[in-house]
Amino acid sequence: MQDFTPVSATLGGILIGLAAVLLMGLNGRIAGISGIFSGVIFASAGDKLWRLLFVAGLVAAPVLYGLFSSEAIPFTLTSSWPLIVAGGLLVGFGTRLGSGCTSGHGVCGLSRLSTRSMVAVGLFMLSGMVTVFCLKMLTAG
Amino acid sequence: MYRNLSALFAGILFGLGLVVSQMVNPAKVIGFLDLFGAWDPSLAFVMGGALIVTGIGYRLVTKKEQPMFDENFHIPADRTIDTRLVIGSVLFGAGWGLVGLCPGPAISALSIGGLPIIVFLVSMGAGGFLFEKLNSSIQPPTDSMTGHDSAQSA
Repeated sequence: MQDFTPVSATLGGILIGLAAVLLMGLNGRIAGISGIFSGVIFASAGDKLWRLLFVAGLVAAPVLYGLFSSEAIPFTLTSSWPLIVAGGLLVGFGTRLGSGCTSGHGVCGLSRLSTRSMVAVGLFMLSGMVTVFCLKMLTAG
Repeated sequence: MYRNLSALFAGILFGLGLVVSQMVNPAKVIGFLDLFGAWDPSLAFVMGGALIVTGIGYRLVTKKEQPMFDENFHIPADRTIDTRLVIGSVLFGAGWGLVGLCPGPAISALSIGGLPIIVFLVSMGAGGFLFEKLNSSIQPPTDSMTGHDSAQSA
């Protein structure tokens, strides 16, 4: 086991949960990021601005965090360029086809006890784990 | 007006959660998915924390007639488990495992991740665009975005 951080993970999770509850209580919306992101481009005109602002908030968060913390935010991405492109395409296509990602199905769907979301979460976790396993086998061999 | 401000605030709060929990770090996410390696269960605690708050909070806020700044709650009614859900989730998981990024962290990391994140986000947008094109060529567009909105959960 490496770098296990249960306290900061739980705290971060609580913030994510609060954000999801706020977006539901105030705007009546699911905090599903793949859907909000796609809607920035594909939603009807009057439905775009709040999505854009939510996305802007996501981007601003690390900057705001940096104002109050002297420590750099850990960030390590070691994937090669072809993998980054393939990964992006799969995430973009897959989340639209499956109607959701880690936030929409994971956080929001599971908390509503949606069976659809339970199936989705089980599948993308399993698929992610198998992919990491295969990638490690390939790069090790 | 209030609807837009609340979305901005929720986005910031969500992003701070991703930063604090280190989910913006692809290496951290890969550590969770690497079940047979040096497994790091942190992501499960992120999920746990978020689910406790959302599980209780959703029940409280949806008891009201309507949300504060909108006429009604936009909650997905779709309960069918179909091939789209299955294949989409498997493809998404594969992409997630390849890089260690899902949509939320990828967007938040734009301000810290440099060119690789830009390339990932452009690819992600292209994947979504490809889906929209294929989808509209397979079935005639329904009442476009209102239908889209109620069918999507994320």
